Amino acid sequence: MPAAVRVEELSYIYNQGMPDETVALDRVSFEIEEGAFVGVIGSTGCGKSTLISHFNGINRPTSGKVYIGGEDLWADPSDIRRFRFQVGLVFQYPEYQLFEETVYKDIAFGPGNMGLAREEIDARVRRAAAFCGIEEAWLARSPFELSGGQKRRVAIAGVLAMEPKLLVLDEPAAGLDPEGRDTILGQIKEYHRQTGATTVLVSHSMEDIAKYADRVLVLSGGRVAMYDDTDKVFARAPELLELGLSVPEVTKIFLRLREMGLDIDTDVYTVKYAVKTILAARAGKGGGAPC
Amino acid sequence: MLRDITIGQHFPGNSLLHRMDPRVKLVLTVAYIVMLFVGSNPAGLAISIVFLTALYLTAKIPLKMVARSVKPILPIILFTAVLNLFFMTGTSEPLLAWWIFKIYREGVYYAIVMAVRIICLIAGTSLLTYTTSPIVLTDAIEQLLKPLARLHLPVHELAMMMTIALRFIPTLIEETDKIMNAQKARGAQLDSGKLSQRVRALIPVLIPLFISAFRRADELAMAMECRCYHGGEGRTRLKQLRLHASDIVLAAAAALVFAAIGMSNLFFERIG
Ligand SMILES: Nc1ncnc2c1ncn2[C@@H]1O[C@H](COP(=O)(O)OP(=O)(O)OP(=O)(O)O)[C@@H](O)[C@H]1O
Ligand SMILES: [Mg+2]
Repeated sequence: MPAAVRVEELSYIYNQGMPDETVALDRVSFEIEEGAFVGVIGSTGCGKSTLISHFNGINRPTSGKVYIGGEDLWADPSDIRRFRFQVGLVFQYPEYQLFEETVYKDIAFGPGNMGLAREEIDARVRRAAAFCGIEEAWLARSPFELSGGQKRRVAIAGVLAMEPKLLVLDEPAAGLDPEGRDTILGQIKEYHRQTGATTVLVSHSMEDIAKYADRVLVLSGGRVAMYDDTDKVFARAPELLELGLSVPEVTKIFLRLREMGLDIDTDVYTVKYAVKTILAARAGKGGGAPC
Repeated sequence: MLRDITIGQHFPGNSLLHRMDPRVKLVLTVAYIVMLFVGSNPAGLAISIVFLTALYLTAKIPLKMVARSVKPILPIILFTAVLNLFFMTGTSEPLLAWWIFKIYREGVYYAIVMAVRIICLIAGTSLLTYTTSPIVLTDAIEQLLKPLARLHLPVHELAMMMTIALRFIPTLIEETDKIMNAQKARGAQLDSGKLSQRVRALIPVLIPLFISAFRRADELAMAMECRCYHGGEGRTRLKQLRLHASDIVLAAAAALVFAAIGMSNLFFERIG
């Protein structure tokens, strides 16, 4: 089976040839397997948003190729819209894209553009709304009457309603309260589990990435610094810190414990796994006194 | 696309032109535009082009930028050129005659002059904004219009409105770009289809854009009130505009060039 996304030697330059020319991506190559949940991390301005807007042809590569499901995205530029329906892209602060009179109509905008039948659209809107925790009563309301977090959910539902095979989210939880974060990300994970859609999540929160992603892509200055399984990436904590990134708090604790001379693994990145490791370490010592 | 719009764009720098007094720059730009129309003979236009090229080189702004600023109005330039080509009638024999179309020597001449003139006009005014930040520019306008305040013209308010408008042009362009991308990602067809479809397709872009513009206006007004903004009365400025010797030298040099353009009319036949 072809990879869900394959990026080959992708470079992107903003304002090429102008005084304010910026190389945002520099010969980036990687592959995302079908059904994977990939986290993308990197410091501000390293090119994360630029990278993901190549996945559905919003940006056209300066050089290099992007393949979605084995097909060259730019083989036929007039056919690019087909990929827009396969790849659901949720931009940073998506709540600013809402425009319809009602929440229902706004969520139906994407499916409507796909030319689906009315019943199918209706079913999809309700399913997507339920997924994002949007109550039935909201559907008839104006999206502009909702709170920021609620608007965010409507915007995400608008993309989910297209039922994309590849779902890409650019910091969907930025600026939300902790509970809102967990709800939205939990729902995305649930969508991933139920539909098997390949998911790419851009985030500045190492905790979120650790909790949800199977693999992590680390970008730095427009290049791929690391691309590996989540535990392997977080095990390289010193390098991450050097790139101006962080590691989950638990990982920091384990790193410190190891510095203090305890013989434990440092590839711990979730609280659940941390508990297990600590218990195992204690058992290994023959159930010595708790530290 | 949208990002190609360079109106009001500014390229910070430290060239002679960047440091020049904005009032002098503004007056010279206006004079330059006038001279473009006064000196309508080959020599006059040639001097205008050379002068402008020299200024671009001094400002260290790549000439490619001229291409970028001219691109959006290329259709207008071509339209006027073609119009002149076909509708100017001359006294001599037509160069080309086909069916009802007759092209005269004067037509070709005038078409070229018109195109060159518009390009110089765009390039000249662009150079002003490339080398002058919008804030400084409106400051200059306010200063130059100050005498009109005696006639109870709200000069300060007008200048402030212009500053704000100029300040938000790039922001709004960026925002439009973002919203368009978001709607395209949901399958909106913004760059193809029939005209009626395209106009309808703009709704998903315009509504969020207006809402965000109103939100910004609201926030800005609030921020200004919080800092006790109360109009122009008794307002002093952080940076006082002062004429320097270099400004006077540059203005004198420009005046010489303009004089040369004007004189060229005496020696060459005027076109149009
Ligand atoms: N429209 C644009 N025009 C010019 N340069 C741009 C534009 N958008 C981004 N850039 C530049 O490209 C680089 C990458 O930007 P990008 O938005 O992809 O970063 P990012 O990793 O998403 O950052 P953040 O974490 O802040 O969202 C930055 O250096 C930025 O200045
Ligand atoms: Mg970004």
